[in-house]
Amino acid sequence: MKSKIRIASGQGFWGDLPIAPIEQIKLASASSPVDYMMMDYLAEVTMSIMQKQKLRDPKTGYARDLVEVIDTVLPDIVDKNIKIITNGGGVNPEACRDAIFAAARKRGIKIKVGVVLGDNILDSIDELLAGGNKLANMETGESLNDVRDRVLSANVYFGAWPVVEALRQGAQIVITGRTTDTGLTLAPMIHEFGWSENDWDKISAGTVAGHILECGAQSSGGNFSADWKKVKDFTNIGFPIAEAYPNGEFIITKHPKTGGLVSRQTVAEQLLYEIGDPREYITPDCIADFTSIHLEDLGRDRVKVFGIKGRPATDFYKVSMSYNDGFSASGTLTYTWPEAMEKARMADKILRGRLKKAGCVFDEVRTEYLGFNSCHAGLTPTKEAKVQEVVVKFGVRGKDKKSIEEFGRNLAPLILTGPPSVTGFAGGRPKPSDVVAYWPALLRKTAVTPRVIVEEV
Amino acid sequence: MKVQLIDICHARSGDKGDAANVGLIAREEKFYPVIKQYVTRAAVKKHFKGICLGPVDRFELPNLWALNFLLHNTLGGGGTVSLKHDAQGKTLAAALLRMEIDVPAALMKKKKAK
Repeated sequence: MKSKIRIASGQGFWGDLPIAPIEQIKLASASSPVDYMMMDYLAEVTMSIMQKQKLRDPKTGYARDLVEVIDTVLPDIVDKNIKIITNGGGVNPEACRDAIFAAARKRGIKIKVGVVLGDNILDSIDELLAGGNKLANMETGESLNDVRDRVLSANVYFGAWPVVEALRQGAQIVITGRTTDTGLTLAPMIHEFGWSENDWDKISAGTVAGHILECGAQSSGGNFSADWKKVKDFTNIGFPIAEAYPNGEFIITKHPKTGGLVSRQTVAEQLLYEIGDPREYITPDCIADFTSIHLEDLGRDRVKVFGIKGRPATDFYKVSMSYNDGFSASGTLTYTWPEAMEKARMADKILRGRLKKAGCVFDEVRTEYLGFNSCHAGLTPTKEAKVQEVVVKFGVRGKDKKSIEEFGRNLAPLILTGPPSVTGFAGGRPKPSDVVAYWPALLRKTAVTPRVIVEEV
Repeated sequence: MKVQLIDICHARSGDKGDAANVGLIAREEKFYPVIKQYVTRAAVKKHFKGICLGPVDRFELPNLWALNFLLHNTLGGGGTVSLKHDAQGKTLAAALLRMEIDVPAALMKKKKAK
């Protein structure tokens, strides 16, 4: 058994800093080693985008940037023996693997790639429903029947164990679909340290490490509210690395000579990110207790994380479904001094009047005043009369596409038919885009089985 | 005495469906009892009047000197549906740091002298 392993975070979301994963590999050295790199590509909305791509072209449906990244780092990861674990396979991990194989062949490199399948339940929803799985909305309790014919994607969140199996079979790259962000980090710890399935404290520790790594630089100085000016060299921000030990303790750090900051405070902020009840951080692998986490700032961008407790996993997988829920469009105009806010509010009144006159029907019309109070409405001390210029953002949402189109046609005319000193209308008419809503549900773990395939090319 | 949270705390926020989560962390351990006592559910609900349209949950993390708030019915339907400019509640951490609490001067003094 290794005495420690180092897991680097390479990507916090699909569209994160492109150079980050490449630098994590490039800067790996004997003095700052990397054994694994995890990359998180999937957000709730991502699966529906990928599903749409796959419908148009069955060879797509995964994060294409991922293949570019892997192609770039391929010689280096073979040379340095670094393993990559990512959920960038989206709704088509096999196509992603084939693209990686094609890149490897071109470079004359032999590589073992594992895929985790079985999370995509889009084609078996009816079967699952017939089998007594209700897939009701776990937040509202609504029945899936209400939206069944509009479902775009449906995926089970798998945890670490299928990835562990792929690693056990010798995969150097593991491509999954909807595997939890935390599972990507936990898996190599289980694999290397031989943790058992019911060693809940250690499984929870690895899960907490995953939570710290899953948003990339958000634990190493990015979006840091305590003292952002203390963060060095944002331009070359270093993504976090977890140095994990067999007893479940780990240290969060980053490569030397990179920008950013790892401190008790940067790690604490990420620990609080997007959590609910801290005593119940539920994943497919365990229930981690965030009130048990201890932090010790060791200085020089090293924070020790220890003491973590956890409880047994539940009998359910979380399911993430997306469905079509009408259309939306938005557009902006900019008004300046004098009376910028008065004019912006008048523009809002005019636009609403014209849309009403045209017989438009919307579920929601929202007007926000960017630069005045769009984010902190009601909390800003700024007086409206003092506003020098304001971007007014109009948004509409509804089931009637014609109404959304009519909104698009009525925005630009405000420039010649409304209050003066207005600009900033660019990019043409706002077009209706599909609103994709999110349907979270639970599914008995026995209802689906992960499949792992490891192949070498 | 009035204390603005930004002087004794830092924070991070994000989305959980139509709820926003705001994690509020004391800058020093000695401030944790202060925020625990004064940044109550009711105070936060009142502070976010007009932004948070649902109930507020509060959870304590003394180990991280932190409180976690869930502001329900806050993001205009949630990430993918919302027309809000800040559909994911990313700036609500800063919004909470605007809050002022009225703390007995002795408490702050004593804590500072410690």
